[in-house]
Parts: sequence; C-alpha cells; structure tokens
Amino acid sequence: MGSRASSLLREEDIEEIKKQTGFSHSQITRLYSRFHSLDKGENGALSREDFQRIPELAINPLGDRIINAFFPEGEDQVNFRGFMRTLAHFRPVEDNEKNKDPTSGEPLNSRTNKLFFAFQLYDLDRDDKISRDELLQVLEKVDVEQKMSIRFLH
Amino acid sequence: MRGLSLLLFITVASDATTDLYVTGASLPPELEVSAAPAVTSPVASRYIPEEYGHPGIALARSAEEPAAPSTEDGESSSHHHHGGGGYKIVQWEWSYVQTPYIIASWLLVASVAKILFHFSQRFTTAVPESCMLILLGLVLGAVVLIASKKQPYQLDPGLFFLFLLPTIVGDAGYFMPARLFFDNLGAILMYAVVGTLWNAFCTGFCLYGVKMAGAIDEKVNAGLMDFLLFGALISAVDPVAVLAVFEEVHVNETLFIIVFGESLLNDAVTVVLYEVYISFVEVGPGNVYTADYFKGIASFLIVSIGGTLVGLIFAVILAFVTRFTKKVRIIEPLFVFLLVYLAYLTAELFSLSAILSMTFCGIGCNKYVEANISQKSRTTVKYTMKTLASIAETIIFIFLGISAVDKSKWAWDTGLVVSTLIFILVFRAVGVAGQTWFLNWFRLVPLEKIDQVMMSYGGLRGAVAFALVVLLDKEQVKAKDYFVATTIVVVFFTVMFQGLTIKPLVKWLKVPRSTNRKPTINEEIHEHAFDHILTAVEDIAGLNGYHHWRDKWEQFDKNYLSKLLLRKSVYHKSELWEAYQKINIRDAISVIDQGGNVLTSARLSLPSMASRTSFPEVTNVTNYLRENGSGVCLDLQVIDTVPGAKIEEELETHHVLAGNLYKPRRRYQSHYSRHFMTVGEKERQDREVFQRNMHNRLESFKSTRYKRHKKDRSQKKRKGSDAKEQDTSDKPRRNVSWQDKDPVVVPMAPEEDKHDPSEPDKYDDVGITFVARKAPETPKERPKSVSAALDVCQSPVAAPPSPTCGEKNLPWKSGMGSLPPCVSVEATKIIPIDLQQAWNQSISSLESLASPPAPPEPQHPRVSTLSRLGGPVRTPTKGKSGGGVCAASGSDTGSGQFRFPTGKEEEEEGTLSQQPQEMQPLMSSLRPPPPPATQSARKRRNPCVYLRSLVTVPPSGGGDPQSRRPTQL
Repeated sequence: MGSRASSLLREEDIEEIKKQTGFSHSQITRLYSRFHSLDKGENGALSREDFQRIPELAINPLGDRIINAFFPEGEDQVNFRGFMRTLAHFRPVEDNEKNKDPTSGEPLNSRTNKLFFAFQLYDLDRDDKISRDELLQVLEKVDVEQKMSIRFLH
Repeated sequence: MRGLSLLLFITVASDATTDLYVTGASLPPELEVSAAPAVTSPVASRYIPEEYGHPGIALARSAEEPAAPSTEDGESSSHHHHGGGGYKIVQWEWSYVQTPYIIASWLLVASVAKILFHFSQRFTTAVPESCMLILLGLVLGAVVLIASKKQPYQLDPGLFFLFLLPTIVGDAGYFMPARLFFDNLGAILMYAVVGTLWNAFCTGFCLYGVKMAGAIDEKVNAGLMDFLLFGALISAVDPVAVLAVFEEVHVNETLFIIVFGESLLNDAVTVVLYEVYISFVEVGPGNVYTADYFKGIASFLIVSIGGTLVGLIFAVILAFVTRFTKKVRIIEPLFVFLLVYLAYLTAELFSLSAILSMTFCGIGCNKYVEANISQKSRTTVKYTMKTLASIAETIIFIFLGISAVDKSKWAWDTGLVVSTLIFILVFRAVGVAGQTWFLNWFRLVPLEKIDQVMMSYGGLRGAVAFALVVLLDKEQVKAKDYFVATTIVVVFFTVMFQGLTIKPLVKWLKVPRSTNRKPTINEEIHEHAFDHILTAVEDIAGLNGYHHWRDKWEQFDKNYLSKLLLRKSVYHKSELWEAYQKINIRDAISVIDQGGNVLTSARLSLPSMASRTSFPEVTNVTNYLRENGSGVCLDLQVIDTVPGAKIEEELETHHVLAGNLYKPRRRYQSHYSRHFMTVGEKERQDREVFQRNMHNRLESFKSTRYKRHKKDRSQKKRKGSDAKEQDTSDKPRRNVSWQDKDPVVVPMAPEEDKHDPSEPDKYDDVGITFVARKAPETPKERPKSVSAALDVCQSPVAAPPSPTCGEKNLPWKSGMGSLPPCVSVEATKIIPIDLQQAWNQSISSLESLASPPAPPEPQHPRVSTLSRLGGPVRTPTKGKSGGGVCAASGSDTGSGQFRFPTGKEEEEEGTLSQQPQEMQPLMSSLRPPPPPATQSARKRRNPCVYLRSLVTVPPSGGGDPQSRRPTQL
C-alpha cells in the first residue's frame, strides 16, 4: 500500500514539500501512505471525521484540539500539504539552518513556530489571545487528576 | 581531632588484638576457621569478616570461639567454662551472643565512621565518602595485618550478593524516578547492553593482545577465555560506586539516570557473560562450539527478561497485598521489604538477573504501594530503606579497603594493571561516544559532548566486580590472583581517583546540575498536556512511538491495573487531592499563627501550663479568626457536596466538628497495641496543633472569666436561680450582665451573642440547673435541643417536636449506619462509634445512678461526645483518666465499656478541685441527686460549643445567633 500511495505522489510535490517542511523523502512517502489510509473519502483531503476515526485519538483528551490545529480557519478539509505543514511543527529543532534557503523564512520547526503552534492550540477562538477560559478549557481536558489541580489555579 | 580519635581507636584496637591474638594463636582450629573465609559458604564466612570490624574484642574472641567446641579442654578460653564447678554468678556467654554481637558492633563501627567523616563540612565536600571509607578499610586492614601477620578477611561474595547488594539495589529500584527512567530507557538499555558487551569484548581481546605482545608477565597464566572472562567482570559499571559518587555530585537527572540505569541493567549482561565464560573456561576453549555461543545469547535473553518478569510479578503481588493491609498498618513496611527482597532471591534462585528483578519490582510496585500504604508506613519504608542502603554501602567500601590489604590473595603485575586501566578508560570513552552518536539520531534532546565526557568518566567499577573476581575458582582460572589485584586497583582507581576528581570536573565543565526544585503544578499540567498532544500527533502520523505506547500503558493502567492494585479509597483520591488537604490544614494553622502567635512549642508541650496562663492577645486572635476564618476552608469534603445552603452550612459545621473535635480524644489513647496504630497521620498532627491552639485560647477565656466568676460567685448563684425562674426569657439580661463582667470579650459582643447563653454553663452551674429542671418538663424536646446544640438552622424556641431539617439531613441524626454522602471515610468510621458508645454509655450511667425519669436530654450522644472531646480543654491532665478511657473504648476494640461516670468523677475530684466546691452548694440546693455524668457533660460541652463558634464562620450572619442558641436555656 505504501508503494501505491507514494506512486500517487509526484516527485516535484515531494521536492516542494521537502523544501517547505524539511521532512526527508522517505518520511514524506511514509506519511503520504498514512494520509492516504486515513482518507476514507479518497478525495485527497482529510475531514474532521477522518481524524476522529483514529481510535487512539478518540480517547485522547486533547484529541479535538489537535485535530482542530490541522484545519485552517473556516475550512473543514485539509490536503496533504496542509497535513505535512502541521506535522512539520513536531520535527526536532535544527540548529544549523544555514544550509537551508535563507529566503524561505523561518522553518516550521523553529522554536518560534513551535511556540506559535502551541499558542494556537490554546487559542480556541483564534483571536491571538489566550483568555482565562480558554486556558482552563484546554487544561481541564487533560484528565481527572489535572482537573483537581486546576482547582488550585482558580 | 578526628584523626586523633581514630588513631587512639586504632592503637587500642591493635593492642587488644595483638594481646589476645597471641593467646588464641596457638590453636590450630582457629587458623582453619579463619583461613576459610571464603568462597563457597556465605553463612559461615559471613561472620568472619565482621569479627574484624571490632578489632579489639571481637576478633580475638571470635577467633577463639569456633575453636572452643572442638577443643574441649578450652585452655585458653577461660571465660566459658560451663561445667567449671558450681554455680557462677556471672557467666561469660560470648558464644551465645557472638554472631549478633559482631554484626551489631560492625554496623556500629561503620555508622560511627560515617559520623566522623561528616564532622568537617569542608572536608566532606571535597572528598567523597566512599573514598574515606575505603581508606578507613585500608587502615583497619593494615592494623590487623600488622597484628596478626595474616589477613584472612575480605569482602565475602556471599555476604555481598545476598545481603549488602540487595539493600542498595532495593532502595535504588524502589525510589527510582520511574518517568525519567522510562523516558531514557532506550539510552539506558543501549549503554547497558551494547556498551557493556563492547567494553567486555574489547578489554578482553586487547588484554589478550597485550599478553601476546609480551607486555604482561609470563607468570600470568591466562588464555583468551580467561581474559574475556576478566574483561566481562571488569567492564560492568557498578551501581554501588555510581550511586555513592554521583549522589554527592548532583549532576542533572538525565545524566544520572542514564549512568545509574546502565549500572543496574548491565547486571544481566555481566551475569550471563560471566557464567558463559566460566563454563567455557571449564570445558576449555577447544571444546566450545558455535551452538554454545547461541546458547549464550539465549541465556542472556532468559536471564534478562526472566529477571524482569520475576520482578514485575513480585511487584504485582506486593501491590495487591498492600491493598488489604488496612487493618494491619503496622506490618505494611515489612511487606514491602520482604517482597522486594524475595524478588531478588527468587531471581537468584533461578539464576536470573537478580538486580534487574529487584529494580523492576521496585519501579513497578512503587506507584501502587505508595498509594496503598499509610503515610507513616511510607515514611518508615523510606527511612528504613535509606538506612539499610547507607549502612550496606558503608560496609561494602570498608570491606573493599580491608580486602585490599590481604597480600596473600593477590599477585601484582604492572603490565596487566596498567593496560587494564588504560583499556577500560579508553574503551569506555570510545563506546560512549559511539553509542551516543547513534542515540542522538533518535533522541529529541541530544546528549551533549559534556554529557558524554561525564558518562565516560562516571563509569565507575566497584564491589560487584570485586565480588565476582573473588568468586573465581583458582583451579580453573590460574591467573585469579593477578585478576584480583587488578580488580582492586581498578576499583580503587575509579572510586577514589575518579570519585575525587569528578566534582571538580563537573564544575570545570559546567555540567548542568540537578535542581531540587519540584515542578510547579502549572508545569505539571502543561507537561501532561504536551504528552497528550505528542501522543495525538503520533497517532495521526501513524507512528507507534514512545508516546503512543506510554499512552496505551496509561490507559491500561487506569482501566485495569489501578483497579486491581489500588485500594478503592485511594483509587478515587489523587495525590493532588492529598496536597489540597494539606494546604488547607496549613492555611488554617497559618491563620492562627498570624493571628495570635500562640503556637509555641512550649505551650504545645506543656498544655497544663498553657491552660494556666492567660493570653492578652486572645481576643484579637479570636476576632481575627472569626473574620478571616471563612477564607480558610477547613472542610475537606466540601467539594463533594452540592446541598442547599442551610444544610451545607450544617454539614460544614459538622465536618469541622468531626474533623477537629474527635481527634484529641485519641491523643489520650493510653493503651498500647502492637498491632494497631492510630490513623490520621500527619493530617492529624496538623489538626492537633490547630486544636490545641483553640483549646489554649478557650482556656484563657475560661481562666480569665473563671477568676471573675469566683469573685462574684454568690452574685452568680443568685443570678442562676433568677435565670432558672425566668426560664428562656432572661437571655438578654444575662447576656448583658455577663458582658459587663468580662471586659476581655467585650469587643466581640455581637458575635459572642450566639453562643453566649451556653457559656455561663461553663462557669456557673446554672446551666445544669436548667437542664435538670427542664428536661422532665419537656422530655419530647430532646431531639430539638440536640439539634440546637449542634447549630441547627431552626430556632429552638419555635421548633416543633418533630425532627428539624437538620435531623433529616445531618448524617449523625439519620441513623448511625447510613453514611452521609459528604463525610470522609475517616469521619464516618469514627463518629458513629462515638455516637453509639457515648449514647449507650450515657444511658447506662443514668440508669445506674437512678436519676429522674427523663434526664437523658443532656446525654444525647452528640452532646456527650462533644463534652468528652472538650474535656481536655479545661485541664489537660484529667484527660489521662477520663479521656484515656474514652479513647480506649472508642477505638477498634468495640467492647464499649465506657466507664463514663467514673472517669468524670475521678477527674472532678482530682484536678478540678475548685469546681466541686463551688458546685456542691448550688447543686444540693437545686436538686438532691444531680447525676455526675450529666453535670460533667454540661460543663464540658461548652468549650466545644465555643470552639465550634470559633472555627465555623457563619456566612449568613444574621439569623444565626438564634439558631445556635441551645434549647435548654
């Protein structure tokens, strides 16, 4: 299946994604096959339902929050590029970024972008501010034990 | 000074040794016994090294003792002539106490040595303790060597592997930071398995190469297999040495856990390599076939995985057992020690990796055991484990030093020693660098160069290597003596030289140190949040990575394991919950501290004195408490409740009372039980402190008023009779007059109002009069009066005989058996017993006294409970008689013999000498037979009412005073 999926991915796409996200070729093809297997609708894009079908994610208290992070504002579909862009935030920080294209701006896995991504996870209404309610809303989902501790913060 | 004392000690010791040795030396059996220190029989040889620790008497005596049975004439050992003619007044029973005596003395020496080392702060910061202990061992060994011309003692492998090592490993495993360990498990396993194999093979082969090249003396009769065997035992990083050195250095946790984890987990590799090579050496290198190598690999898997499994099985058993130790709290720690130790022994039994077994047993059970056992048991386990581990470590290092002195056991070869030292250092460094390079591909936080240096340098060898090399069979391994010498040098070099220099190195390289700071709750929450986020991303990306599996494990743990292994009560109670309780209590205490600063140790320790002193600031404190007390939520169960406002308030009151009043009774628990301990632990202490403060304050109130009362006694009497005539309607008047009398309380007048009516009871005997008279008139009002006394919402005067709302809802009224939804387990456990017993007791006491038909009113369980609880307030000494009895009967025995009246009578006669004098005329004038129980109950209830009013802050204010007014007034 991996080979079939990767065959659907054109080389120039891979190159472009590689440049944009920093993933290696094999990682991209691997993730594409994953993407493809998640894509039950076979339409080249993932919906929220596709994500929610992942059983582990269903029990993850922060699953919804992560799923939301994949979708740009106002959209309910994410294509492979968007999928990879989001995942690129989770690549390890690379200190030697000099060999990268300096014009492309900061890579997605830089500390700033990671931080911004984390910020967005908390910023539910995407108004670039984390309100108290938003913070509590996220944290209260963590689990029962945490719920107790959130009482301390009140 | 230390040096001097040490010198003195040594001199004395050596003198004694030489003297006594000469007498004993003539016995051939003695030489036999002491010359057989050794290899095979751990039990027999175990004592021999230890005799040594007490060089003065122990050595000589014990040297003679084994000889004594065989040499019946016993010419030298004059001190145990058992049949020496007639009865001896004093007998010398050395043979009887020998073994434990030697062990104890040896432990004492080790402990004293530890104390001595820590006299000089500057010295200990520079020199690791392990170095000093080895040096001490060297000195002790030298003394005996000089004295006896022979050094038959050394670190005995049997003693080491069966007793000393388990204590250290058990401590390490049980207190292993599990999260950190598993986060770095990959690296740890890598270093432990690959690194150890690499070191073993490289050292072995290279030594063989050096031998071939001729740099090692011809006398070292060893082949390739011997060198490989030696390489295997010398290459393993030693947990004891690593712990001893690294604990003083305080490098960052990651570095520590990697090195230490490696030192623990490489045990399987070492054991297997050692066994395999031993067998290879036995059969001879020529007879080793390819299949044997695969057998070796299979053996490794079995030893490591089997050991781990044994450990985990025991962890489950241990956790499961501690689930049911609620009634036998006292032996909880024993279970922990026994099962962890059994895990070690069982693995040893099947020749699996015992260290792995014990480590994983500790790691596995820790979470559940810590949750199941009580706080006291936790402390016990912690301290005992640390104590044992510490003393074992001390003994190991001292013995290492002593063993090194034994010249006969080792043979020196410079080539071997130097090349071994070089090889282990070089290969360690190379191995660490290579593995780290590999690991850093996968590690999120790569290991820096500095970390690698520290890991290379921290690869200390220790007692395990020494014990293993001593275990070698000289018949098969011809070069054993050379290996022993080399091992000793290597161990000394790593522990002493590297141990000494590692601290400056850490400073020089600026290795990140560990911080003792605990993560804030905020950090913890976010960490958990990030764990979930990373897990989610791994799931989305379809990776079954570390987070994925950890999440799976956590789910499994939550759904099955915790339900199986955790007590039901703790299963729903998290650590944070406990922290919350603690914080609450601390807040309460701090409020008191801030307010009155009356919490002094002197007063706590001398309550009787405190009761006689009056606090001028007490008014302020009380006011302060009342004003600010609402900010402190003393009610630990309040979160669980969702009742209506009034009931909630009542419940809160109840909890405060239950939580704060039932305890002191237990304090006077006079009976001794080996099987049961009082519950409540630290929490209870906190409450105790809180409570004593309250009592002190009450005391002061009382004493100030009491003096006044004495002066105006006649006046009061008059007033009492007035009041009795006027019945309840005279409250306002008495109120005013009382305030007039007592200027101290004047500032609080408005608030004081609500419990004011009950207070005169305490000083006057008016209250008793009322009760006695009123009770017969309105016997049906009993429940009402009780409810009023307990802050029921309704006004007592207007209350109908039907149960109040409080009676319907409050736990202690709606039947003893049913548990209220919001009361803690502890509270429900104790309160009903109290109530029942108090009730039964009061009834019986009344019956026995043949009192008028319906005076049970004042003896309502709650009231009498309160009164008993309040008892200690007045004069703490009386608690010994009254309270002690109460406590004993209130505890688990359940026999219910309360002896309430007797206790009270004693107390009245004994300590409250003034009061009976006051009372007698009054009472006699009122009613001929006043039941003593009633009387004392009346008296003693008041402090509690008072206390309650101090503790609980009426949020709704206005209507309260009415509702709190006891009915009987």
